[in-house]
Amino acid sequence: MNPTVPIPLSARLRDAAKTLVLPLLLVLAWHVAVKATGTRLIPAPREVAIMLWDFCFGGIYDDAYSKTILTHFWASVRRVYGGFFAAAAIGVPLGLLIGRVKLIRELVDPTLQLLRPVPVTAWLPLSMIFFGLGPKAAIFLVFLGAVFPIVLNTTFGVRSVDGKLFEAAAMLGCGGSSLFRQVVLPAASPSIFNGLRLGHGFSWILIVVGEMTGVQEGLGAVIMDARMLSRADLVIAGMIVIGVAGFVSDRILVMINNRLLRWSPQHHV
Amino acid sequence: MSDPGSKSPSALGADPGAVAGTQPIPGTSVASHPGGDPGSDLSVTLAAGLAAVTQADLGPDFTMPTQSGIRARPVTVIDESIALPPRHLPILAIAHVGKRFSVGGNTVEALRGATLSINKGEFVCLIGASGCGKSTLLRIIAGFETASSGTCAMYGQAITGPGPERGMVFQDYALFPWLTVRENIGFGPKQRGLLGQGLRDVAARYMEMVGLTKFADYYPAQLSGGMKQRVAIARVLANDCEVLLMDEPFGALDALTREKLQQDLLDIWEKTNVTVIFVTHSVEEAVFLSSRVVVMTAGPGRIEHDTAISLPRPRDVSAPDFNAVRREITQRLTSHVSQGAPA
Repeated sequence: MNPTVPIPLSARLRDAAKTLVLPLLLVLAWHVAVKATGTRLIPAPREVAIMLWDFCFGGIYDDAYSKTILTHFWASVRRVYGGFFAAAAIGVPLGLLIGRVKLIRELVDPTLQLLRPVPVTAWLPLSMIFFGLGPKAAIFLVFLGAVFPIVLNTTFGVRSVDGKLFEAAAMLGCGGSSLFRQVVLPAASPSIFNGLRLGHGFSWILIVVGEMTGVQEGLGAVIMDARMLSRADLVIAGMIVIGVAGFVSDRILVMINNRLLRWSPQHHV
Repeated sequence: MSDPGSKSPSALGADPGAVAGTQPIPGTSVASHPGGDPGSDLSVTLAAGLAAVTQADLGPDFTMPTQSGIRARPVTVIDESIALPPRHLPILAIAHVGKRFSVGGNTVEALRGATLSINKGEFVCLIGASGCGKSTLLRIIAGFETASSGTCAMYGQAITGPGPERGMVFQDYALFPWLTVRENIGFGPKQRGLLGQGLRDVAARYMEMVGLTKFADYYPAQLSGGMKQRVAIARVLANDCEVLLMDEPFGALDALTREKLQQDLLDIWEKTNVTVIFVTHSVEEAVFLSSRVVVMTAGPGRIEHDTAISLPRPRDVSAPDFNAVRREITQRLTSHVSQGAPA
């Protein structure tokens, strides 16, 4: 009955502590496994931590990757968000139209369903032909990966709006384009956000594939280069940076989601 | 509580402009029509309302025309210069309305030959077993469905689609979950271009009418069923609806909440003079609320009987005369069922 009560700080800290338990256990297991097997192919957590430090601040190896994290990070962020925002800008309106307009649904939906199962990696050669070697091909691949979940979830959201809400809107004098803005969009927004969140996750996943297209900078490019150079510590460092970046930007999206969908407690993440 | 003068002219039934322009001598127009049926003779109801408003509004500075020597102008109840719906017509005229649906290749006749004339300010209950077409009839009046045959008109104008003058209150509320109580109630006025303070004032007035002022910034998900239904009622009233269409509105509520809402609905009805068409399958609810009960039967849905309920208000559900009416309506409902019609 009451509007949301703010959660006390101690409870928040306790929740944060709980989320850290499993990652710390995994790192411990990793350390033990490397020491126990004596493998030289996979570095221990300590070596990766040193690599990460050098990647961020330099002063240890002083090679081509020292203190270059920001360059690579921003290059990747631009591509992730270039592809993601393009996917959102096309996917949400397209999903709304497919959901609401029968003719567009009949024209577009079968083709969409045909294209959807094709793995994004399979588009890699074609995208390099379309866009050449460089960031545009990476953005295109991220776009492809993100657009399908956005379109599908938006369509689903529009299709599942309670018909009575349209009747209520019509009787209260709301119709036409106003109906789209005032009823369809907000009613479908939980599903739209779900699609955006999925698409956003795919965007970060696909950045490594996108940056296989021969770009010089970017976290994916670093991982690909490190693989060539057999530097597993750098590969893992790059993985950790992508994981953290994806996690943080997902939390930001969740915060926006919870703010915009504060009317619907069951859609809070 | 809301000031009746602030309600829209059309919903009140008395136009303040007409009052100012005509200055009837208080009481005369009522006295000249003694014994008229207020349901069918609208001018009497109107004149009574006008006289009351005029007396109240003129205040202590008013001197009777006869005392000051000025001849009173002829009493005209309706100022012809103001465009008003034709008062001599019933607010709703439903003639021979039928509705057929096709369901998977089969045609189902939901309603046949429904004829009903409803006057302004009536409280009409449609009652009947499921499948009697009462909801279908309500949805045709709302404009959500089109009749397969017959005509349905409001003030003589054919109903072609949903409109703000006919407000539906759904059983499952159909509130906009992303809007607060205030925004839900203001939704209709906003569509008509009302903004800022004007919009806030309208919303505040109707929130007060249904007793939800304290919950202005709550979302529907944070409200109880009864409160949601209050918002739904306020939402259509704020949109200047003249006919309140209610489709089993209290069916999903617990008994105590239902009783409270029934009483509040009667208060609102008396205060605003809105016409109510109320679908229910509870005989007690129908007899308690309405000025007229329309009994419908199924297979195909049609109007079986139409009774005026003249019990004095407030009504007591345990009184013997209430029980007598309830028994009579129940007999009309069940006599048809016992004849072997599909339940």
